[in-house]
Amino acid sequence: MRGWVTLLAASLAVPVAAQDALPPAPYAYTQLDDPAQEAKAVELMETLRCLKCQSQSIADSDAPMAGDMRHQVRTRIAAGQEPEQIRQWLIDRYGDYVSYDPRITSSTWPLFVIPLILLLIAGVLLARRVGRKSTGGPEEIFEEADS
Amino acid sequence: MSAELGHAALWMAAALAILQLLGGALAQRDAQAPLAALVRPAAMLQGFLAVFSFAMLLWVFAITDLSVKLVATNSHSMKPMIFKLSGAWGNHEGSMLLWVTVMALAGALIAWLEKRLPEKTMQATLASQGFVAIGFYAFLLLSSNPFERLASPVAEGNGLNPLLQDIGLAFHPPTLYMGYVGLSVAFSFAVGAMLTRQVNPEFARVMRPWVLGAWVFLTLGITAGSYWAYYELGWGGWWFWDPVENASLMPWLAATALLHSASVLAARDALRAWTIMLGVVAFSMSMLGTFLVRSGILTSVHAFAVDPERGSFILALLAIYIGGALLLFALRAGSVSEGQRFAAVSREGALVFNNVMLCSILGIVLLGTLYPLLTEAFDVRVSVGPPYFNPVGAIFTIPMLLVMAVGPLLRWREDNIERVRAPIAIVVALIVTTALLVVLASTTDVGVLPLLGLAIAVGLSVASFLPLRGRNLLRTPLSIWGMVLAHFGIAVSLFGMASESAFTEEKLVAISPGETSQIGGFAISLESVDPIAGPNWTAMEARITARRGEGAVEVLRPQSRHFFAPVQQTTESALLTRWDGQLYAVVGAPSPDGRWQLRLWWKPFVTLIWYGGLLISLGGALAIVGRLVSDIRRRRTQARDDDEREELESLRQSGAIPAGSTT
Repeated sequence: MRGWVTLLAASLAVPVAAQDALPPAPYAYTQLDDPAQEAKAVELMETLRCLKCQSQSIADSDAPMAGDMRHQVRTRIAAGQEPEQIRQWLIDRYGDYVSYDPRITSSTWPLFVIPLILLLIAGVLLARRVGRKSTGGPEEIFEEADS
Repeated sequence: MSAELGHAALWMAAALAILQLLGGALAQRDAQAPLAALVRPAAMLQGFLAVFSFAMLLWVFAITDLSVKLVATNSHSMKPMIFKLSGAWGNHEGSMLLWVTVMALAGALIAWLEKRLPEKTMQATLASQGFVAIGFYAFLLLSSNPFERLASPVAEGNGLNPLLQDIGLAFHPPTLYMGYVGLSVAFSFAVGAMLTRQVNPEFARVMRPWVLGAWVFLTLGITAGSYWAYYELGWGGWWFWDPVENASLMPWLAATALLHSASVLAARDALRAWTIMLGVVAFSMSMLGTFLVRSGILTSVHAFAVDPERGSFILALLAIYIGGALLLFALRAGSVSEGQRFAAVSREGALVFNNVMLCSILGIVLLGTLYPLLTEAFDVRVSVGPPYFNPVGAIFTIPMLLVMAVGPLLRWREDNIERVRAPIAIVVALIVTTALLVVLASTTDVGVLPLLGLAIAVGLSVASFLPLRGRNLLRTPLSIWGMVLAHFGIAVSLFGMASESAFTEEKLVAISPGETSQIGGFAISLESVDPIAGPNWTAMEARITARRGEGAVEVLRPQSRHFFAPVQQTTESALLTRWDGQLYAVVGAPSPDGRWQLRLWWKPFVTLIWYGGLLISLGGALAIVGRLVSDIRRRRTQARDDDEREELESLRQSGAIPAGSTT
């Protein structure tokens, strides 16, 4: 699996082959001039996984690969691409793993169905537990209740 | 020699844990069983031996005994003493020994001090504590012996990961473990109460300090961990929804639900089964947290499968304890009655609503954390991150926060919403006004969630003080102050999070010494970059001045550090804290033309995130003290009443007072 990612990474010749040997790509550590575009780019970068790190987005990493990916994101935003277009481009290259924003697919649907079920269970639980009026039995409130 | 002493102490402690389990179990059938009397002493001695064993581990780390494998692989003679010691638990074996030590210590404490519950329940509780401990001793002794010797000592150790060479490591894991272990004690009490059918307010009162204590430590641990990641990783992030973070958040969520549920049980004798269930869930989450962090499964499911010994061991423990507890719960839940009833609009009603919300959030975090591991096992890799957790979690968090603002104002058992109409109106007005102000005043696009966060934080911060209305502040019990502070802490923390997400400014520049830049109203100037050396690292240190308006000139010194054992590059950020936010500076790599990369952030009110965490912990601590004090007072009164009654009774029997004359 890991090898497969590396293979795909290697196919992206320019950015990845440049690791370590060359200085970081121009837009790895440089912001876009237009603040609106930069904000868009940062928002996207925060939702992309740095494939060489453990649980960090490319916006949070010093890894050369994260820098190269930031460069890609910024240049593509500057060229007028939409963030979702760029996300798709990266997913095509690196697989779903690169995006922290899971899409609904045949392998991810439980992520979206289970919260709905949870919502339902929560509703039922509340309706059952709270819906009943207090009836019968000793209605003691222990002394600490009012403290 | 010290390593062998520690090892031997650990074996003896394990034997005592077995004795504790057997004695406690036999006592359930026959209270006069000879072993029954040994349960409490065994727990105390076990605590002592575990502490002794841990002290021996600290000792071999302190003297850097390189014939001990763990020291050789994780320490280095050149490391500062504080990191030599904290390095003792900065690794797998050491941290598991710390886990067991804290747990044994907690067991010793309840064996020594806790006299409120029926003895049979206590013995069942200690037996359960022993049962959990046995698993961990077995794990340590059979697959993670911290005292293993090398055939021949090495000349120098491998050193500790530089990211871990930080004061954060000295505090972060121990506080989290105390939280995890506190929940194990709560779990043992729950098991004891379930086995002896003593699920009642008294049980809740005995369990509550442990739940509160665990919760305070978890809060502190998470807060410290978040701040540590924030300044250490060098990119200004403070929460990543990383599985390791989630592993600490999940027990916290469960503990939060448990402590509120236990309060209802203590005050109203309601929610019996629910409290027990949450006790089981909370402990399961701390076990799961330990499993996620310790098994290596997070690095890769496949790495876990290749070297499965430790992982399988913890997984087996997890299955035994959680499965066993759930089974016991299923068997006994029928006999645990629900307890007192209450109306939808009541203090209990609000607490139950929020308990269900907390459990749902827990479910979401659990799902988002485990699902990628599950698919990875089938070679499908997906990532679940902030774009999932934030909105999906918010579905449950926002109603919870709103109910939290009103709940403490409601009366127990049954209330009328009309009665709290005024406070609700105030809170709603505050929320709406804040939201409108933020939308009108901000120049950039504030996201929906940060906007809601800011608005609710303002409403909640005022609402959290409303329970004090109409009270004599000097006579208000400490536990109420605790609640007010903790709820206010949530509002403060939420405000910090929302503000950081909404208003952070970022600037990446490459400048030469002497050049200037601007961020968040600060004029930044790079004065110089110089090489410096520390005990086990060298660094390039930038000298940056920052000045806001006409204010004083402040100096920041971020470093780019190069550690040589092991070889690793880290960034040491420099922070300038102002009342309204933090300036965060990092120095990066030089470019060939002599310019230096600077990363600068202005993060408005970011510090409130952690101040909020501290307030929450402080609130919890006040609640513990308040509860203990009032509990002791109540017992004293009760004991006095009992004495008087007894005296009266004996007088009556001796015939000094003719029967019937006193009635």
